[in-house]
Amino acid sequence: MKQLVIDFQKCDAGRNCNHECELECAIKVFKVDDPAQAALQIKAYEDGGGKAVLCDQCGDCVVVCPSEALKRNKLGVVMIDKQLCVGCYMCIGFCEKDAFMRNPDWIVPHKCTSCGVCVKVCPHGALSIVDVPEPAVRII
Amino acid sequence: MSQLVFDPSKVMDIDYTKRTEYLDRLEALRAGMRTLKEVPFHPSLPDKGYTNRTLYVNVDSLEVKEKPVTQQMKDVFIGGRGFGLYQLWNAVKPTTRWNDPENEIVISPGPVAGMTQYAGTGKSLVVSLSPQTDIPIDSNVGGFYGPLLKFSGFDGLELQGKAAKDVILFVDGVKGIIRLEEIEGGPEDSHVLAELLTHLYAEGEKDLPNVSVVSTGAAAKHSLIGMLNFSFYDRRRKCVRFKQAGRGGIGTVFRDKRIRALVVRGPKVAGDMNHPVDPETIAKTGIKYHKEIRENDGSQCMMRRNGTAHIVEIMDAYDLLPVHNFQYGSHADTHKIDSAYWQQRCTQATVDGCWYGCSMACAKGADGLVLRTGPYQGDMVTVDGPEYENAAGLGSNCGVFDPDYLLELNFYCDTYGICTITWGTLTAFVMECYQRGILNKERTGGLEMTWGNAEADLEMMHQLARGEGFGKIAGMGVKKMKEYLIKQGWGDPQLINDIGMENKGLEYSQYMSKESLAQQGGYALTNKGPQHDEAWLIFMDMVNKQIPTFEDKAEALYYFPLFRTWFGLNGFCKLPWNDVVPADNSSQPEAHKVPEHVQNYVDLFSATTGVKIDKEELIVQSAKVYNFQRVFNIRMGKGLREHDAAPYRSLGPVTKEEYESRAERYDQQIITEMGLDPAGKSTEEKMALHRTWRTDRFSKLMDSVYARRGWTSNGVPTLARLKELGLDAFPEVVEVVKQHL
Repeated sequence: MKQLVIDFQKCDAGRNCNHECELECAIKVFKVDDPAQAALQIKAYEDGGGKAVLCDQCGDCVVVCPSEALKRNKLGVVMIDKQLCVGCYMCIGFCEKDAFMRNPDWIVPHKCTSCGVCVKVCPHGALSIVDVPEPAVRII
Repeated sequence: MSQLVFDPSKVMDIDYTKRTEYLDRLEALRAGMRTLKEVPFHPSLPDKGYTNRTLYVNVDSLEVKEKPVTQQMKDVFIGGRGFGLYQLWNAVKPTTRWNDPENEIVISPGPVAGMTQYAGTGKSLVVSLSPQTDIPIDSNVGGFYGPLLKFSGFDGLELQGKAAKDVILFVDGVKGIIRLEEIEGGPEDSHVLAELLTHLYAEGEKDLPNVSVVSTGAAAKHSLIGMLNFSFYDRRRKCVRFKQAGRGGIGTVFRDKRIRALVVRGPKVAGDMNHPVDPETIAKTGIKYHKEIRENDGSQCMMRRNGTAHIVEIMDAYDLLPVHNFQYGSHADTHKIDSAYWQQRCTQATVDGCWYGCSMACAKGADGLVLRTGPYQGDMVTVDGPEYENAAGLGSNCGVFDPDYLLELNFYCDTYGICTITWGTLTAFVMECYQRGILNKERTGGLEMTWGNAEADLEMMHQLARGEGFGKIAGMGVKKMKEYLIKQGWGDPQLINDIGMENKGLEYSQYMSKESLAQQGGYALTNKGPQHDEAWLIFMDMVNKQIPTFEDKAEALYYFPLFRTWFGLNGFCKLPWNDVVPADNSSQPEAHKVPEHVQNYVDLFSATTGVKIDKEELIVQSAKVYNFQRVFNIRMGKGLREHDAAPYRSLGPVTKEEYESRAERYDQQIITEMGLDPAGKSTEEKMALHRTWRTDRFSKLMDSVYARRGWTSNGVPTLARLKELGLDAFPEVVEVVKQHL
């Protein structure tokens, strides 16, 4: 399955960039200019280093979704069908990585779909899309 | 006892998509249907949780009309059970009985119902005059009918009249059509009927989740204990499943009205259909709760793995599991039906909420059950989990510890349309009567009703579904069975009354209250009869030890019936309130109330309706409806102190064996509670001491609880209490009370 990964050997958690990854995601994918709405969030730690909040396509949300709105596509990426979503937010509550996001202006939640728009704009080349095996389905 | 750890490798390998289908009967069903009346209406979505109208249908005259929801209805009755009681009050007279045409069945989901962001928000409340108690019964049920009815445009449905032939009421909330259809032939039992009707009314496969069916089964019309199945379409299993409005015989009223089914086809559900005033608060509260379930459920109740059956072994360990008609509190074979077994037997890799967004997901399903008896022998079916009440009632209370038979009993109760709790308690009573020679093989028409004889138990149920034999006598319920046995001259009347576990005509649910004074009151000092909907106090009393003093227990019997009533006004399920708690709950003041969750409910109500409340106002909202219901009972000829009396089996040991099974504890109580010395006294003498002490203690509890509730010592709400609650605005209510002051 396609998975977005970040290399913190290269990413400096926004200290020397303009969070181009977040901004590009927000504008290109979600048509808003607020990077807080992006499907990946880069956080800097005060004492150096940082962390990324992003979806690793583990599929836990697929298991808990009551309306079958979440399914893997042929690339193994978990996609949300807005027509089927009932806005229950169990996907958000059950995501251990906090990677399922919600914009207060929208009913349907959102997440990273490994589309790669962020990869192209990262000035440090820290982001990449990799192909990894799908994990086994968990009982949640 | 140690915390159970879920082991996914032990879950049985059962294909949850496989079961017997009945769709080949669809054309025959369609051929037997004829439209009687069709009325157009304008579908509408709720505003701040209310559609501001209800639907009235008379199945005899075929009158169909819309009624406005007034501001007074919202202010005083809120919705759900409150709307149901108010509309039923207006429909009936003091002389009305369950099978009179003017009796109604009212279904109302409540203003919060249909919310998708918080667990347990899809409930419908069903109200009717009960064939078992002759007073209003209310039942809180999941499934999709209530929310889909509201999203079609109605805050409630009133059903009145008695049809000449079987009818189906179809509400199409997409096209705006209300249709009454006559049906000849076709199945009655829910698992067949609801599957067919769901496919008949859905417009294509994608529409199946938008259809919900209310139905009952063959046993409802031959008994007084009929229940209603509310369906929901299980997308993963691709089958129709049910939740039950079980208690009090509403299914019997349904069939007496010749209603075969109610069907609603609603719009596709989305996250904002209640049009709440503050969706942001609802979203944040819902997500916070989902995370709490994710983090805590596995180390607390494991509701997602076991459903409510998680307490089978806890009740057994604390000597509170009903065994052999509430004689004993534990059994050596309990491990065969405990949660360690059910979490292996139930399908786990699926979603089990009975409404969208229920992260508690307790509606577990056991798939691949091949039936061994009855008209569906050989069929493979999916059946509910079972819930705790069913494991205890159909299982331990009757000595049935074979899990497959327990599931089969559960399945047939469901599809035949009878209440599992009631069936468990009445069968346990029959079995004890058999044990004590009050009944025998001759008197039961050949049924050997010995403890644990599941085949005889099932045959008694099949007889009831066929309307024949001793099964039909059993289907009258415990109260009328007691009268029947005494009339026949079989057995000692006092013993029969002591061991027949009913109050107001309703059977006890499955907790052994002998050792819990709080639960004794929780059962008997109720509006509708002994159930755990109103005051499930046994766990906080006996397991968590959170209400140790007499005053604590009396206060709990004021607060919790009111608090729990509130769920039914709004369309909430009670389980998410305390079947998981925040990690720091035990360090909070009044931990037994789960204060963070109470605040969640306050926030969800305010955010939906725009009516700002706090936790105190929540209780006032409930108190209005609770006291109205008490007065309704009095209006119907019950609702007084004498009607709150409890069978002695629920208060203390009736028989020598019961006493001796706990002799050490009971002897100690003679010393510490009565200040007497048990030495040298016979068991009979000690039992008599206990009887006096326990009945006196229960009577004192009644006094304290009545006073705290603002009632007279006869159990009548005072005029001052009615005025305080604003119920003096209803002259009829005041008049009823005045006659008893």
